[in-house]
Amino acid sequence: MTTADERVHTYPFNRPEGLELSPAYRDARVAPGMIRVRLPFGEPAWLATRYEDVRFVLGDRRFSRALAARSDEPRNQSYRRPGGILAMDPPDHTRLRVLVAGAFTVRRVEKLRPWVRQIAAGLVADLVAAGPPADLVDAFALPLPVQVICELLGVPAEDRHLFRAWSDAMLSTSSLTAEEFVRNERELNAYMAGLVAQRRERPADDLMSALIAARAENLDRLTEEELVELCIGVLVAGHETTATQIPNFTHVLLAHPERFDQLRADPDLIPAAVEELMRFVPLGAGAGFARYATEDVLVGDVPVRAGEPVLCAVASANRDEGRFEEPEELRFDRQETQHLGFGHGVHHCLGAPLARLELQEALRALITLPDLRLAGDPVWKTQMLVRGPRELPVAWG
Amino acid sequence: MSWTITVDRGTCMGSGICAGSRPDVFRLAGTASEPVVDRIEPDEDVLDLADTCPAAAITVRDEAGTELGPRP
Ligand code: HEM
Ligand code: SF4
Repeated sequence: MTTADERVHTYPFNRPEGLELSPAYRDARVAPGMIRVRLPFGEPAWLATRYEDVRFVLGDRRFSRALAARSDEPRNQSYRRPGGILAMDPPDHTRLRVLVAGAFTVRRVEKLRPWVRQIAAGLVADLVAAGPPADLVDAFALPLPVQVICELLGVPAEDRHLFRAWSDAMLSTSSLTAEEFVRNERELNAYMAGLVAQRRERPADDLMSALIAARAENLDRLTEEELVELCIGVLVAGHETTATQIPNFTHVLLAHPERFDQLRADPDLIPAAVEELMRFVPLGAGAGFARYATEDVLVGDVPVRAGEPVLCAVASANRDEGRFEEPEELRFDRQETQHLGFGHGVHHCLGAPLARLELQEALRALITLPDLRLAGDPVWKTQMLVRGPRELPVAWG
Repeated sequence: MSWTITVDRGTCMGSGICAGSRPDVFRLAGTASEPVVDRIEPDEDVLDLADTCPAAAITVRDEAGTELGPRP
């Protein structure tokens, strides 16, 4: 009989530079049960690494996010991050999420495709006009999602330099002191509250105005504080991850030139390529946003006690050999797609349809750059929740 | 007055939002969601889930078969 691993492992496993998935995940996946991990701050947690377990924990209502705020949540930094809707449970979570979710369904988002395609093509045209080399992050990967989310939400894209700094700080894992974090949060809050006040005076055709109208209609449905927090959540979550995945996808494709060529030859493969790249890229530096058991729950054959946290390693689940054939291979012909790159369950990424669209249109524009290649070493983000190049020097032609 | 719920398992992308929110009405069977019950009492929250299902895979109908949701 195999005995469970009783050690408490130091976490996160992944190196911040690059996009490798630590071999420690594989060890955990093939071992029975779940392992115990400890982050720099907070209590130790269970770590789910297999597809089945991760999907089960994320999808089961006996696991709570709200309970994390009342516990010593595992985290990378001393201070706590305000979680917005990601820190709520149904029915509160549902009450807020439905207010914004309608704007991000496949049907609604598909209408934006021509516009997004035009933005991506315009950015590539600017790159070509300026000539190589260029930093793909600054000249393409960031402006695309920033422009899209600003327009949808109703935030002036000219303020990009302002909220980029705040947003960076919101998602930073360790570069700030607690005081800096709090100050930053206040500034971003004040900025967004100011925009909300302006929109209340002069409504426009955007999500912020729609939320203001929803609050005016029913004051109990959405508090002023929640309104501002939702807008911040959509702004921050709505550009940073996409802006990081675009250079990540590019970096992976440049390391798999035969796959890049396949897309150039057959752009119809792009949607499948985006799903496969979402599966393949281990975006997170580590699993975060622990789920707390509200009662005793069996995860596989591990009894998780009420009040204990479980971290869900989606990047590991996405490479689970029990779920995906040849998980280490990048293949655009998979039948079993359903990766967990956008999460699962009630917190499944609100912006997934929009993110998919942006990533697809980004690739569609990038394949038009002939002989796209690295023009220097990427500079990696090192202290963020997500991993990816801070700068990606590229050349073409 | 009662409503019927159907899930188009072909378009459902298995996000688990509906099943996670209302396990009394939806469950994930394999890769897609399905209703747990044939009929429910009118329930605004379920209509909300139909409106906001990312794949628009949930349909809610009243007794006469009129489509109530997803609302446009
Ligand atoms: C490639 C880009 C993206 C990736 C990889 C991504 C990934 C994720 C993941 C994994 C979660 C679940 C977190 C958890 O359950 O612990 C999530 C939630 C969320 N995402 Fe995204 N996301 C992306 C783009 C976007 C966009 C464009 C938006 C804009 C609306 C967005 C808004 C949100 C929000 C608001 C949540 C919280 C949802 C909730 O708690 O109900 N994301 N995202
Ligand atoms: S919310 Fe929609 S896409 Fe997600 S599981 Fe339910 S029916 Fe499927």
